[in-house]
Amino acid sequence: MSEPEDKAPSAPVPASNTEGGGAGAGGAVPVAKSSPVPPEAVKAIPVRHYGRWISAAIVLVLFGLVVAAFVGADITWPTVGRYLNHETILTGAVNTLWITLLAMLMGVVLGTLLAVMRLSKNPVMSSVAWGYIWVFRGTPVLVQLLIWYNLALIFPILDLGFYRDEMNDVMTPFLAALLGLGLNEAAYMAEISRAGIQSVDEGQTEAAHALGMTGSRTMRRIVLPQAMRVIIPPTGNEFINMLKTSSLAYAIQYSELLFSATRISSRNLEVMELLLVATIWYLILTTILSVGQFYLERYFQRGSSRSLPPTPWQRISKSLTSFRTPSRVGGKTV
Amino acid sequence: MTTPAVPMVKAEGVHKSFGHAHILKGIDLEVAAGEVFCLVGPSGSGKSTFLRCINHLEKISAGRLSVDGHLVGYRQKGDKLYELKEREVAAQRRDIGMVFQRFNLFPHMTAVENVMEAPVQVKGESKTAARERALKLLERVGLGNRTDNYPSQLSGGQQQRVAIARALAMEPKLMLFDEPTSALDPELVGEVLDVMRGLAEDGMTMVVVTHEMGFAREVGDSLVFMDDGVVVESGHPRDVLTDPQHERTKAFLSKVL
Repeated sequence: MSEPEDKAPSAPVPASNTEGGGAGAGGAVPVAKSSPVPPEAVKAIPVRHYGRWISAAIVLVLFGLVVAAFVGADITWPTVGRYLNHETILTGAVNTLWITLLAMLMGVVLGTLLAVMRLSKNPVMSSVAWGYIWVFRGTPVLVQLLIWYNLALIFPILDLGFYRDEMNDVMTPFLAALLGLGLNEAAYMAEISRAGIQSVDEGQTEAAHALGMTGSRTMRRIVLPQAMRVIIPPTGNEFINMLKTSSLAYAIQYSELLFSATRISSRNLEVMELLLVATIWYLILTTILSVGQFYLERYFQRGSSRSLPPTPWQRISKSLTSFRTPSRVGGKTV
Repeated sequence: MTTPAVPMVKAEGVHKSFGHAHILKGIDLEVAAGEVFCLVGPSGSGKSTFLRCINHLEKISAGRLSVDGHLVGYRQKGDKLYELKEREVAAQRRDIGMVFQRFNLFPHMTAVENVMEAPVQVKGESKTAARERALKLLERVGLGNRTDNYPSQLSGGQQQRVAIARALAMEPKLMLFDEPTSALDPELVGEVLDVMRGLAEDGMTMVVVTHEMGFAREVGDSLVFMDDGVVVESGHPRDVLTDPQHERTKAFLSKVL
């Protein structure tokens, strides 16, 4: 880092400079004067990446074969196109996105709470968190969904004291899906948050305590924001996973994307076409989430490195130019 | 009504053990208000541990330690000691600033945000007032033009000066320095010592763990040489550093001077 703008008084430094100044300054002056001519650029033939061209050709051929196979397959493509924006499918896609967002929200909030509890010095807190994670991470999410959905079989009446109703009316497919997916996710998020919290240097907590901050305030203002950098990337993956896992809610009649697609195909019997419609929608949604994840990660990088990572567009354009670099730098056409 | 001046820091038979490791073996010392008090000694002698006991980052195992007449971390009722609650410990620490060897700035905040954080969060100061004061403090440590930089964009010396400004923002009555220049490149040490010298001239009570004997001699009012968890020798820095009485002090000083 350069320090010329640094106007702080620094008495000892000049003192040592003047002592050894005679010889040092004398040697430095000529060097500074003798560099007006810019250095000549290195002329060399760059390494040829023949492997890249060969592998690209192989990949293109294989891709062409797959496309040809699907074009020739017994699929009515117009049907796929027609159902892509069918009302039922659109509602299914919205429901999928909705349950994903809500379940993840529940997972993140509850998971962070569990992580803090797990790291707490209070033995009651940490063992409750441990037990929760043990149960919910140790059982398949499909089983959990089915248990929530069928809760009325063992508790026909929901009685919370202030609220009383038939369990069957309360436990809709939506609520069962939300509880099943969200509570399960919390167990995973708890472990992710715990890793993030533990990654923050202990000196940060000490500095905050030395300034008079309490434990909870230190956690909120100092530790969690820094843990975010470690927590966000795996959370993005969890989000994308959740989008796909939410298709399990199909088993409990929640009308998400897959359920909507199969409901149509059970009527018109165009099974593969509608599965492809669902596939395309899942891909669209996961792509949107990936882009969101990238910008979120970029935001939480601030302060941790001196420059921000490139955006996808910058990266794509760079990878394209690096593919072409050999021919350009060498000044010859390939 | 004038009472005899209460020492800013008073330690009586302070012991500290980590498991089986006995780090402090009975420290007795007093730091007067307005004094620059230097702690020197070989690494592992317990000087940093003692410093961390002063603001209760470490709990003492035996003895009594008080700051400005108040026991650190405990309350006395009759002849019984009660441990303070977390909130009360935090309140005690507000008046004690600390500067760390490794700066420990908050990396997700700019320089000015680092300085504002505690006044806003702990004292409940308004953001505009805290920012105004933070800018003045950064100006005072010579960083008026670096206020919006993140710590990763600052040199070690600049980071340490921000850390000093951050501690000063709580308007402490006592400042603790834990080897503030040990992690710095040699040419950056001067700028940090200059800021500390300025603080001393303004009458701040400072306890400084340091290896900078020049600073101790020039700025210090008292000096304590510690080795193996005990105070070996103490006195005015000029006397101890130029005319040490104990063999261990002599041996140590011959290596560092």
